[in-house]
Amino acid sequence: MNLFAKESEVLAPLATGWFLEHAWLIPVVPAIAFALIILIGKRLPMKGSELGVLSMVASLVLSAGAAYQWIQRVNSAAEEQFVTPVIKSWSWWQSGGLDFGIGQHIDGLSIVVLFVVAFISTLVQIYSLEYLRGDRRYTHFFAALTLFSGGMLAMVLADNMILFLLGWEIMGLCSFLLIGHWWEEDANSRAALKAFFTVRVGDIGLLVGISMLYFSANEWTQENLGVSGFSIRGISAWALSGEPNSTVIMIAAIALFIASIGKSGQFPLHTWLPDAMAGPTPVSSLLHSSTMVVAGVFLVARLYPVFFVGLDILGSGGNLIMIIGGITIVISAALAFVQNDIKRVLAYSTVSQLGYMMLGLGAGAWLPAVFHIFTHAFFKACLFLGAGSISHSASHHSFDMKRDMGGLRKVMPITFATWIISTLALCGVFPFSGFFSKDEIIDNVGNNGYNTFMIIGLLGAFMTAAYMTRATYLTFFGEPRGASAGHATHDAHDAHATHDAHAINDLHGPHESGLLITVPLMILSVLALGSGFLNATPFGESWERMKLWVEPRAIEVVVDAPSGGPGESLIVNLPSAEESHSKSVCGSATPETGVCYAPQLQHAKFKWSKAMISMAIVFLGIAISWIMSLLLFTKRDPRLVGLTQRVKVLGLGHNFLVKKYYLDHLYEKVIVHSVAHPISRAAYWFNQNILDGILHGFAKSTRTISDWVYKNVDQRVVDSTVNNSATFTKSVGTAAQPTQSGKVSQYGALLFSAAAIAALVLVIINT
Amino acid sequence: MYVNQFLFLASVLFCIGVYGVIARKNAVLILMSIELILNSVNINLLTFALRNGSTDGHTFALYIIAVAAAEVGVGLGLVLLVYRNKKTISVDDLSEMRG
Amino acid sequence: MIAQNIGFWIIAVLMIVAALRVVTTNNVVHAALWLVVVLAGAAGQYILLAAEFVAITQVLVYIGAVMVLFLFGTMLTRARIGAESDLNNSYKKLGIPVGLIMLVAMGLALTRSFGAEKLPDSAKVVSTQEVSDQIFGPYLLPFWALSFVLLAAVIGAIVLARKD
Repeated sequence: MNLFAKESEVLAPLATGWFLEHAWLIPVVPAIAFALIILIGKRLPMKGSELGVLSMVASLVLSAGAAYQWIQRVNSAAEEQFVTPVIKSWSWWQSGGLDFGIGQHIDGLSIVVLFVVAFISTLVQIYSLEYLRGDRRYTHFFAALTLFSGGMLAMVLADNMILFLLGWEIMGLCSFLLIGHWWEEDANSRAALKAFFTVRVGDIGLLVGISMLYFSANEWTQENLGVSGFSIRGISAWALSGEPNSTVIMIAAIALFIASIGKSGQFPLHTWLPDAMAGPTPVSSLLHSSTMVVAGVFLVARLYPVFFVGLDILGSGGNLIMIIGGITIVISAALAFVQNDIKRVLAYSTVSQLGYMMLGLGAGAWLPAVFHIFTHAFFKACLFLGAGSISHSASHHSFDMKRDMGGLRKVMPITFATWIISTLALCGVFPFSGFFSKDEIIDNVGNNGYNTFMIIGLLGAFMTAAYMTRATYLTFFGEPRGASAGHATHDAHDAHATHDAHAINDLHGPHESGLLITVPLMILSVLALGSGFLNATPFGESWERMKLWVEPRAIEVVVDAPSGGPGESLIVNLPSAEESHSKSVCGSATPETGVCYAPQLQHAKFKWSKAMISMAIVFLGIAISWIMSLLLFTKRDPRLVGLTQRVKVLGLGHNFLVKKYYLDHLYEKVIVHSVAHPISRAAYWFNQNILDGILHGFAKSTRTISDWVYKNVDQRVVDSTVNNSATFTKSVGTAAQPTQSGKVSQYGALLFSAAAIAALVLVIINT
Repeated sequence: MYVNQFLFLASVLFCIGVYGVIARKNAVLILMSIELILNSVNINLLTFALRNGSTDGHTFALYIIAVAAAEVGVGLGLVLLVYRNKKTISVDDLSEMRG
Repeated sequence: MIAQNIGFWIIAVLMIVAALRVVTTNNVVHAALWLVVVLAGAAGQYILLAAEFVAITQVLVYIGAVMVLFLFGTMLTRARIGAESDLNNSYKKLGIPVGLIMLVAMGLALTRSFGAEKLPDSAKVVSTQEVSDQIFGPYLLPFWALSFVLLAAVIGAIVLARKD
């Protein structure tokens, strides 16, 4: 059957340009900068930080250019034309038939994330110039930060899964370095290890998923597209071709989603994210807004066809992605209520917002989820940097809201203003960016028929508004407490005072931060306010820029009747319509081959009535939380203070939240202890009782038998035989008895004997 | 010539090598036994290369020879170091890992 | 064919005897010399298997270089050139059943899998060019990895053996 697009002959070629063709330079620049900082950074006047900042600015310029030219490319396309991604690929290495490529895959999704990552990284690096001034590992910090951004950028524009995995792992490594930046403190290095290992649990899923996809897709992609089974374009097309075995693609999708859970801190593996706050604040900001945690969401968005087909998105009443996302939204929002550390509140808020993105992706709201990545990056980075600004200049390096903050709105007007804007954006209040993205997700989830999950989304919005109000109240309103009141007390929460040389700042009380800190804050708050208008659905079709630029477009594909007469062609929307998939699965295709690359998705129609309901819920959350905070923290209302101590049920719930649902206990105490300890104990017991027992018993019983023979049989006849057998048994016994000798050759002997016996058993079984 | 005559020769050499690794306690002699094992693998590879009419086996045999050379170099370096520190190369005396 | 078969059996018997001596002799230097016999025999078998280049490499690398290393190692660790009594473990008898079990396992597997299958008669000798095309073509990456292994081994051996 010959498939080609209706207008393939008349379509004008798509516009392209230098920035699009050379987008691969975007991660290369930070990579080179990283090497330079490591090599010569310490000898430079600014200790290597200038190289980091310069490389990020260069990446930002390159990605801005690429974004501009991508918009031109979209505009040059015809109304219903599929805008083909700009793909370049080189052979990286090959071995015995396997070919690993390296290259770029630039489409709307990668353009959005590239721009966000480069932008936030630049601001964070500028901010770090001031925040980490005088740190003892200043140069290494900038080196790791630069490589971290480079890894994320490489992952975002990867054209195949191998390069994707490379960027993914670089990020994992650098996050370990950055979270444990102040590793002298035990808690910090523990947090770094926890982050590393928790994410590694998920990484196994990524490896399994990539291998499964390669081995099942390679044949099809080679035949139809001439690319290997690692290629993202090939995998997407293969997933939608109706070719894959539904079980295989389901398991692959689940494996990949486990990787996303680990990286994006979704429900069972979210415990590492709040601990990652042990790193310097700029790191938390970068980690939580645009890089690292977004990588998991990005993986789902990038290989969306695999998840779409594998997990049957839109085809069933609920799927794994939605369920995990929904659970994450609620449980992490609840955890944010009991935190006293301002950064931990923000951390749980990030986990919760990532839950929204997952929920959106799982519910078929691809574009709103991607748009939420975009807006969330700005306001979350702003909130984290704001928290850093407070601790840097006002609260004496403490992040404890109850002890060291309060009443800061007068002394830190700029930080306060930017914080309020970002908080409103996070809560999803109308003109701010969060409204346009979060409400879109909730709206689309409901529109696609998932009413339960829409209610969960609204509940999450209510909780978000409430805990952010609580945090804002504790930080900026009420009476100044602790360090922000001028009492320079050192305490356990003093995360890094000993490492910073802020002697001057430490001498006087709270004040506004310097320009290097406030300018990034202001830029980010402007974007937190304005970035939502890029896809402002309430104002009509012409405002939906993001949808136009980012979402893959559907085109009609003409299918030639196999042997029909001339002119007997039928127009179908999807080449694979005859296959097992419904009509809505495949929406866009390339003119050349008629292969689909992205599923066709529905968009909810914006209604003010629905938006009003969610707005009302948000305001209700703010109001209730405000009143509660006022009563609890300022008025010290006797009915509320100590409520958790007095009412047992509430106390239990509170304790349950404070202990983080006992998940850490489950992982560390129960699982590690119940699995590792019994195994080692059982092994020891087995060694002591069974093995030794057998050997002793063997030797002893042979002795007994030989004694019996010695006594009962004529000694002169069988004397020599008995003696020999006893000696032999004894020698075998002594040879095999001491199994814990530490002798290498003995271990070798045991290893080889086990292998030999196993081999013999295998050979005999396989007859 | 039968395929099996070469493969049998290789397995006999392999088993002798395994016996050597278990029975010897002089480190240099253990290294020699490992060389026996590696050579038996090479015979296998080349037999299968001839049987299947491909040259992949030759490539891998060469790689194994190179790896064996590296292994002997490092192995003897270790033996020298052990000798210098302990005045013995009997692996049974190196029981710091005793459990 | 007959000549090749005779050659095979002579070399094979020689190799097995020499290999047994390597693992049983009480003299380290003798063991090294017996090992030379095994390696040379292996080179002969490679030629019978139409692998000239591998055979030559075997002679150059193993018999030339590796054996010299072994003898140096023996001398530098001041092992006695004469016979020694404590070269073996106290439980060396354990090795015999292990070796025999392995032999039985492999023998069973081989007989079952290849039975009386014969090698192709008119085997063309594999030329060096074919091997190099393989190495520098599809198997280039392992070659690189191997270069790194050798480099690391060279550096490592120097670091380990340096006196300071």
